[in-house]
Amino acid sequence: MSVGAPKIAVTVAEVVEVNELIKRFRFVRTGGGVMPTFSGGSHIVVDMDDHGTRRLNPYSLMSDPADPSSYMISVRRDDQGRGGSLYMHRHVTPGLQMQIGHPVNLFPLDLRGRKHLLVAGGIGITPFIAQMAQLAARGERFELHYAARTRSLGAYMDDLQARYGDRVHLYLDDQGQTLDLKTLLAGQPFGTHLYVCGPKPMLNWVLSTAKAMGWPDGAVHSEEFLAPPVGKPFAVELATSGKTITVDGNQSLLEAIEKAGVDAPYLCRGGACGQCETDVLQCDGHLEHNDHWLTPEQKASNRKIMPCVSRFHGQKLVLDR
Amino acid sequence: MSIVVEGTIPSRPRYGKLTLREGSGHLMVADGEGAEAILELVARAGGAAPGVLAHTHIIYMPGPTGTDMSARLQSLGADAFFRANDYATAQPRLKKVFADAKMGLQIYLTGTEGLIGQAQRDAMEAGLPHTAVQTEFRGSSVRRVQCVHCKGITENVRTDPFQCSHCGLNLFVRDHYSRRHAAFQGVNIDAEDPGQVPPAVERFK
Repeated sequence: MSVGAPKIAVTVAEVVEVNELIKRFRFVRTGGGVMPTFSGGSHIVVDMDDHGTRRLNPYSLMSDPADPSSYMISVRRDDQGRGGSLYMHRHVTPGLQMQIGHPVNLFPLDLRGRKHLLVAGGIGITPFIAQMAQLAARGERFELHYAARTRSLGAYMDDLQARYGDRVHLYLDDQGQTLDLKTLLAGQPFGTHLYVCGPKPMLNWVLSTAKAMGWPDGAVHSEEFLAPPVGKPFAVELATSGKTITVDGNQSLLEAIEKAGVDAPYLCRGGACGQCETDVLQCDGHLEHNDHWLTPEQKASNRKIMPCVSRFHGQKLVLDR
Repeated sequence: MSIVVEGTIPSRPRYGKLTLREGSGHLMVADGEGAEAILELVARAGGAAPGVLAHTHIIYMPGPTGTDMSARLQSLGADAFFRANDYATAQPRLKKVFADAKMGLQIYLTGTEGLIGQAQRDAMEAGLPHTAVQTEFRGSSVRRVQCVHCKGITENVRTDPFQCSHCGLNLFVRDHYSRRHAAFQGVNIDAEDPGQVPPAVERFK
C-alpha cells in the first residue's frame, strides 16, 4: 500500500484511558458499514494530521477478528517519541474523522501448529488479544505468558484472565515475578509454535533462548515495529524524480520523500515488512541501517536502503526513486 | 548416488547433508542406503558421539532395492533402535514418537525420496514446519507417484511413463511434487490420442 492506495475513512467512536500510559481507540466506518475482514496479528497504519505535520504510525489491531463492526487499537504514550502517540493521546477524541490504511498481517498465526505459545511484554500484548479471540473461536490450544512492569501498567490483564482463565500467565516486574523461559520452552509439545511481541531486549532473549534449545526458525514468530530514530539532517538526491531533498532530524527518509510529492511504496513504516526497499545508486558516506528486513550482506553492500527507518550521513546519497 | 534437480521446477524437493544440531534429542529415520548417512553423521561427531547417541532414537527400514544395514545401525548403541519392514509398519511408531515428543527434538531424514517425503509429511501433520526437518538423499531414486486422475499412489515407480497401479491409465511422471501427499504427480500421457503411448524409459533406479 503506498501513498496512492485507497484508505478507509473512519470516525473515532470511543476513546478509553486504560491506564496512565495507554489509551484505547475504537474506529467505525464513517457513514456506516462494516470494516474489512482481518486476521489476528494484523496492523493498520493510522494517518494523522498533526497540525500540518502528517504522521503515519502502525498499530496492531486488538479487536476480535470475528467482529467487523469496528477496529480497536491501543496506543502507549511515548513522551520521548516523535509525536505520533502524543498526538493520539492529546488530540484524538470521539467524533474525530480520520483515515486509516487497510489491515496488513506481518505477524500471522500458523494454524498448522498443534499448540500456540504466546509471549508478550508490555504493549506487545495487543496483537495477541486479537489472536486469542481467533484461537479460542477455533478451539485451538494456546497459552499466554504476559509480562509487565506493574499490575496497573499491565493493560487488559484482568480482562484476559477473566476470559481465558488458567491459559493466561502473568508476570509483574515490581513483584519480582519472572518468566522461567527455559522450563517453559522445554515442556512444549512437539508441533508448538512460539510467538513473541514486546520490547527489543525481551524479543532478543526469547528468540536466542528458543534457538539455543533447538526450536526451528519456522516455528518461532516475532513482531517488533521500530519507530524511525531521530538523527542529523541529511540531503538525498532522488534520481528518477529529479529532486534533491533534505531529511530533517526528526523526519524519516520516507516521510521526506513523501513530503516532496514523490510516490514511494510502504506498508508497515516500521522496518519489518520490506515494502519500501529502495535501490541506492550512489553512496558517498555511511548508511545507518535500522531495519529488520535487509540481510547483513545487503546492509554491507551499500546498494539497498529501507527509507522508513534508516538514515545516512556523508557526502552524497542518490536513490532510485 | 545422486539425483538430478537442475533444470526442473521449484516444487521438486531438494536435499541437503545432515549436520548435528543442538536440541533436547535426535530422531533419525532412514531406509536402505540412508543408514550410511547416519553412520557418517555419527562418525563426524567424533568424541561427542556417545553423548549424542544417548539421546538418539533411530527408526530404520530396508530400501526399495533390498539394502538392509540394520545390523550396523543397531550396533551404534543408540538410546532406541527400531527396525521396520517398510514405511507403513514404521509409521505408527513414528507418530507415537511425535505425539510424545517436546519441542527441541531434532529430526533427521535420510534415504529415498519416498521415505524422506512421508516422514516429513507426518512431522508436518504433527505441527512442525516443513523447513524444520533435515534431509539427505541416499540410495534408490525410484519415485512415489500420485495419479492425479484416480488419486491412487503407486510406490517405487521406475519408468516414465508407467501404468497407474490403481486405475490403469498411462501416466507421465512430473517433477511437480506435493508435500501434503508426499508424492510426485503422474498425469495421463495419452488422454488426447488414446493408445499413443511413448515407450517407457527407466528414469528411476
